[in-house]
Amino acid sequence: MNCTDFLSQLTDYFDGQISPELLEEVRGHLSGCKHCEIVLNTTRQTIEVYRGNEVYEISDELRERLHTAIMTKCYEKKGA
Amino acid sequence: MPAIQSPGTEEIHPDVALVARAREGDGAAFEQLVRQYERQIFRVAQHITQNREDAEDITQDTFLKAYEKLEQFQGNSKFSTWLVRIAVNESLMRLRKRKTSKTVSMDEDVQTDEGSIPRDFAEWRPNPEQIFDQNELNDILRRTIQGLPPGFRTVFTLRDIENLSTEETAEALGLSVPAVKSRLLRARLQLRERLSRYFRERKEGQPA
Ligand SMILES: [Zn+2]
Repeated sequence: MNCTDFLSQLTDYFDGQISPELLEEVRGHLSGCKHCEIVLNTTRQTIEVYRGNEVYEISDELRERLHTAIMTKCYEKKGA
Repeated sequence: MPAIQSPGTEEIHPDVALVARAREGDGAAFEQLVRQYERQIFRVAQHITQNREDAEDITQDTFLKAYEKLEQFQGNSKFSTWLVRIAVNESLMRLRKRKTSKTVSMDEDVQTDEGSIPRDFAEWRPNPEQIFDQNELNDILRRTIQGLPPGFRTVFTLRDIENLSTEETAEALGLSVPAVKSRLLRARLQLRERLSRYFRERKEGQPA
């Protein structure tokens, strides 16, 4: 397995959807390739940092305003 | 007709009953569905359009459309996936209208591998939360995801931020599972490459 092959398995590897034979190869490549090990770690960190920080927080005030607007529109529709 | 749950069958998602009630005209049931998903729909719309006012409009339009089309909801997908699909379509339509980006379809921006080939091989410092304050960090994350083509941004948002499964993401976007996987890989690698500028370990004496 070379670095390109490794990258092509990265998504399935994260999802745990990888056959035992391929997993063996992936691990084999990782043990000998520092670059891919780093790509793996930092890709995982990329996902974690986006999951862990709500980039677009919605304030309670905005949420209430939105909620009221949605329900008003739907009731109007119902009445029409 | 609501299905009767017999012991030993797969657990039925609580939304199924709410949707059934909403269809029969129960306003409170529909309102509960709105409460459950309005935040998520807003986040998705904001991530795709990168514009708050658009996201507000899209959130409203999404629920209005859902309300109007409730009869058409098949129930073979999750209600939330169905909602996200409406929101994605509304968001992409909005982007097309604004034409602020060259490519706004889910298909057009996948030709190039540029930026998806790893070049930065530095380890990251362990806790970005400790290097940057929350505002700086959010700013970095926003700017970085903004730089992705909309098709990649959308896949990453649904799969990694909103935690939909690969299959649900495919369904919400009208893409095949392999197409989702390939976009997801490139989205993750591009984000990784860009974030690396901020989070990589620095050698002694290098400016922060
Ligand atoms: Zn390698």
